[in-house]
Amino acid sequence: MSVALKIADITRRFGATVAVDGVTLEVESGEIFALVGPDGAGKTTLMRLLCGALAPDGGSATVDGIDVVSDPERVQGAVGYMPQRFSLYPDLSVMENLRFYGNIFGIPQADFEARASSLLAEFALADFAERLAEALSGGMKQKLALACTLIHRPSTILLDEPTAGVDPVSRREFWRLLYRINRSGTTIFASTPYMDEAERAHRVAFMSGGKIASVGTPSELKTGLHGEIVEIRCARYRDARRALHGVPTVRSVEMFGDALHALVSSAAETIPDFRQRLHEAGIEDAVFRAVPPSLEDAFVARLTA
Amino acid sequence: MNATTSVHVERLGKRFGDFVAVDAISFDIRAGEIWGFLGPNGSGKSTTIRMVCGVLEPSSGTADVLGFDVARDPEAVKLRIGYMSQGSTLWADLTVQEHLRFYAGLYGMQGSEREERIAAWMQRVGLGERRAQLAGSLPGGYRKRLALACTLLHSPQMIFLDEPTAGVDPVSRREFWDIIVGLADEGTTVMVTTHYLDEAEHCNQLAMIYNGKIVARGSPEELKHLPQIGTTVEVLSNDTVGVLDAIEHLPFVRGAGLYGSSLHISLSDAGEIESLNAAIAARGLSAGAAHSVLPSLEDVFSAVVQPQ
Repeated sequence: MSVALKIADITRRFGATVAVDGVTLEVESGEIFALVGPDGAGKTTLMRLLCGALAPDGGSATVDGIDVVSDPERVQGAVGYMPQRFSLYPDLSVMENLRFYGNIFGIPQADFEARASSLLAEFALADFAERLAEALSGGMKQKLALACTLIHRPSTILLDEPTAGVDPVSRREFWRLLYRINRSGTTIFASTPYMDEAERAHRVAFMSGGKIASVGTPSELKTGLHGEIVEIRCARYRDARRALHGVPTVRSVEMFGDALHALVSSAAETIPDFRQRLHEAGIEDAVFRAVPPSLEDAFVARLTA
Repeated sequence: MNATTSVHVERLGKRFGDFVAVDAISFDIRAGEIWGFLGPNGSGKSTTIRMVCGVLEPSSGTADVLGFDVARDPEAVKLRIGYMSQGSTLWADLTVQEHLRFYAGLYGMQGSEREERIAAWMQRVGLGERRAQLAGSLPGGYRKRLALACTLLHSPQMIFLDEPTAGVDPVSRREFWDIIVGLADEGTTVMVTTHYLDEAEHCNQLAMIYNGKIVARGSPEELKHLPQIGTTVEVLSNDTVGVLDAIEHLPFVRGAGLYGSSLHISLSDAGEIESLNAAIAARGLSAGAAHSVLPSLEDVFSAVVQPQ
């Protein structure tokens, strides 16, 4: 398996702020890799380092074998980079936007026509080729931005929060396109603030405070949780939550609709204790079951352990 | 409208020129409830919340909040509610304590009462240690807590939170929700907007809004059992795209979402599981047998906004 992204101890500062702090990460060719983390974690800075738009203060990175530090221009010509904001011209049509990117990447006219029409067809944008970008819906704009990112057939694409603010239905459709693109061999490195979205990737890295906190497949991260989730259902769930709050074996207790989710080390060991505590609080109707943890549970467990 | 209803909205609408941002929506929020408003950007969530708070004048319809008509008596409403807007309402060069003093002043609090309340809320939201820190240097999660404390300082009966946890890390998000749930426990009514589907699970009641209309409502559990969602099944495969191609056009498949090696498929009828398995097997794809699962809120949202 060849390596698409090889990041070694890369660091970038802005004044006193260390935006990216010694990140080391490898992404294999053909992977869908999600970089998940809150605003300010350093995701965008890392993306910009990888596409050669920003020089690191230390460390190194290669993208498809090209060194981003010594050869940033070659990286820019080789990868596809979809920034979080501004990548479309609102007063150009769908086709004109594609043509603009085709020109930037120096694609010959004949190749461009074929490439553009196949992308428009694949992305269900063919009927909108003459529409101005500003008149597209949020989901369609994201699809067009992705099409522009792919115009020069990059083998690796870097997507910075590609579905931010997009409705769930368009998000689904966008991910379908990503899976299809990936199936034809393209490596996808995408950042997201949504934990549930990261579940869609083959592997996930959680970034926080400029550092990578953990890396793995979603199921590895969940089984490596060193904890289990107990779901508790009862009529007086708010009283139940109070009764379980601050119990030493409970690492967190969350409202989950009209149920509670408690993160514990062992469900089997904790449930009898819960039953007793709720009984003391006068709650007799509680039903307990162990439920599979979410990726968010895994990260919270990691960060609070 | 009775004592247990905090908000009663009837055919509330807002137009901006030709654009209908909110299209004659009606809903009730009961006292002490965490009522979530779920929808994508631009669906009308913030416009609705701003009309209900009395910040924006509706084009049509009415909103009663805590027994007052917002259009006729906006000041009475504003005194009794707290509104945490989406944009930052903090000043980078004021400290935590200075922010709270400023807001306390707006609500006419003075002297020892003011200081006691400020101390109590700093404690409650976990900002006690950071009282002298400039807001501009607070991490995202703490900035949200400060904005929340400013919203709560005058002990409102009801709070409106517009995407309160956008961009916050999951641990801070959970701590933030802990505070919100605690407030609801004590009787504060909470109306909260979010576009995080997983976060919506915290709400007691949810309304899903799309293109200015409420398309579904109920508790998270009720929404997952809405009849129009049909049956949701999961298929595990290393080639989910291949499976999707094989099943997408079947007449009983209403929708499908890909999650890594898992595919969620909405079927019009549970009786079609066998036909679904047969269609996948006929393509020679390696996949596990479909089994029914509880739909995610994303499955629900996708099902209710797609015309059948």
